[in-house]
Amino acid sequence: MIRVVLPPHLRTLAHVGMEVSIDVQGAITQRSVLDALEACYPMLRGTIRDHDTLQRRPFLRFFVCGEDWSLESPDHPLPQPVALGKEPFLVIGAIAGG
Amino acid sequence: MSKVRVLVGTRKGAFVLTSDGKRERWEVGGPHFGGWEIYHLKGSPADPNRIYASQTSGWFGQIIQRSDDGGKTWIQPGTPPSEQTTPQGPPKGESNKFVYNTSPEKGGKPLTTHMWYDGTQHPWEFKRVWHLEPSLSDPDTVYAGVEDAALFRSSNGGQNWEEIAGLRGHGTGPRWQPGAGGMCLHTIVLDPSNPKRMFIAISAAGAFRTDDGGKTWRPINRGLKSQFLPDPTAEIGHCVHRIAAHKSRPGVLFMQKHWDVMRSDDGGDSWREVSGDLPTDFGFVIDVHTHEPETIYVIPIKSDSEHFPPEGKLRVYRSRTGGNEWEPLGKGLPQSDCYVNVLRDAMAVDSLDTCGVYFGTTGGQVYASRDAGNNWTPIVRDLPTVLSVEVQTLP
Repeated sequence: MIRVVLPPHLRTLAHVGMEVSIDVQGAITQRSVLDALEACYPMLRGTIRDHDTLQRRPFLRFFVCGEDWSLESPDHPLPQPVALGKEPFLVIGAIAGG
Repeated sequence: MSKVRVLVGTRKGAFVLTSDGKRERWEVGGPHFGGWEIYHLKGSPADPNRIYASQTSGWFGQIIQRSDDGGKTWIQPGTPPSEQTTPQGPPKGESNKFVYNTSPEKGGKPLTTHMWYDGTQHPWEFKRVWHLEPSLSDPDTVYAGVEDAALFRSSNGGQNWEEIAGLRGHGTGPRWQPGAGGMCLHTIVLDPSNPKRMFIAISAAGAFRTDDGGKTWRPINRGLKSQFLPDPTAEIGHCVHRIAAHKSRPGVLFMQKHWDVMRSDDGGDSWREVSGDLPTDFGFVIDVHTHEPETIYVIPIKSDSEHFPPEGKLRVYRSRTGGNEWEPLGKGLPQSDCYVNVLRDAMAVDSLDTCGVYFGTTGGQVYASRDAGNNWTPIVRDLPTVLSVEVQTLP
């Protein structure tokens, strides 16, 4: 199972806690993780990636194993600790606004 | 006894204020969707328990929420939280999806750019829903006015949205330009006597009307003068802030423009100024008394660079003559050191015998008058910045 940590507003929207575990088929990439996340929690569609273009929303970033993967290709395989469920895939909102 | 439900959208959530018909004691419900910007909530005239809400965020985009029990509980249409799968498979979260129609097969046109602040062309990009206008007769049909300016419609209770592409494809689209608040379609007025007629307003493109259910549109800005335009009487480009009409006379329209309060007696074909003796004719809101079609309300704001009331006195102005002659109404409102604003969607009237008038401020107050504006009291004083106020009068 792949672990995904969501920012607080998305936890409320999806009615989940800080972290969810999802089953991801095939290669473990940003795209496959987010596809699986949105399939499990369809209310999140459009909130992390643009509904139409599937581009990452500008005020969100993706971190894995202490590194910012936001600008990596969405099809680049994620590190092994994420694929093994030892480390989570983090969706982080920018600290901004009032 | 009748009840009143006031729906308040704020920068940090939605609030539902309820009272009996006396409108003396209020219960404050909420916040719903705490931390999110709620640009607008509005109930269906055909089913008052059906309420639509626009929930939006610079981080997470657009969410549409719907209540079927008068605001007690909410769902994202088509995606109930308890239903992760349906007989048709997983829900697709389509209620959040607003995609511009560029398909000629669906009546759209490949219109992809509008004018940017510097005069260059800029891609059309969906940002948020500013205004939701439920159908007058069908609870499942609702219109959405969005930024960048376009009109969408859902006919299945908000589950799916389709652009009414004739508006953006009207031909003037590439010349539409954003105002300071963005290029938003913020006003939708449905004609109760003609289901094919609708009026909309865009900042800063102006007002438009359809007479054929949205297939074709015409600009209705003749008579407007905007000194910031190279041609002050141009066909489009006017910063219309709000349009209101009385249900018994849908051909008579009242407009609060960036500057100027205007009136049309021919469905928008022509406008004349009725600012009259207002202390300033800049402002955002305008509304019409429920029972008196010639009684209208505005809240003058000092200027477009000083968004607060003149002299620090918060006053509603009422005209009982359809404009030109105005009286200040400040009893119960702060008359010194008041520097709040009242945004364009933040005034509404109820339909009780003595018409109630309501408005919300950027300072978080929601004021109510039980006597058509003569006296005012705050329902709540300390909400987040109020973006919108709507009222439902319930049996």
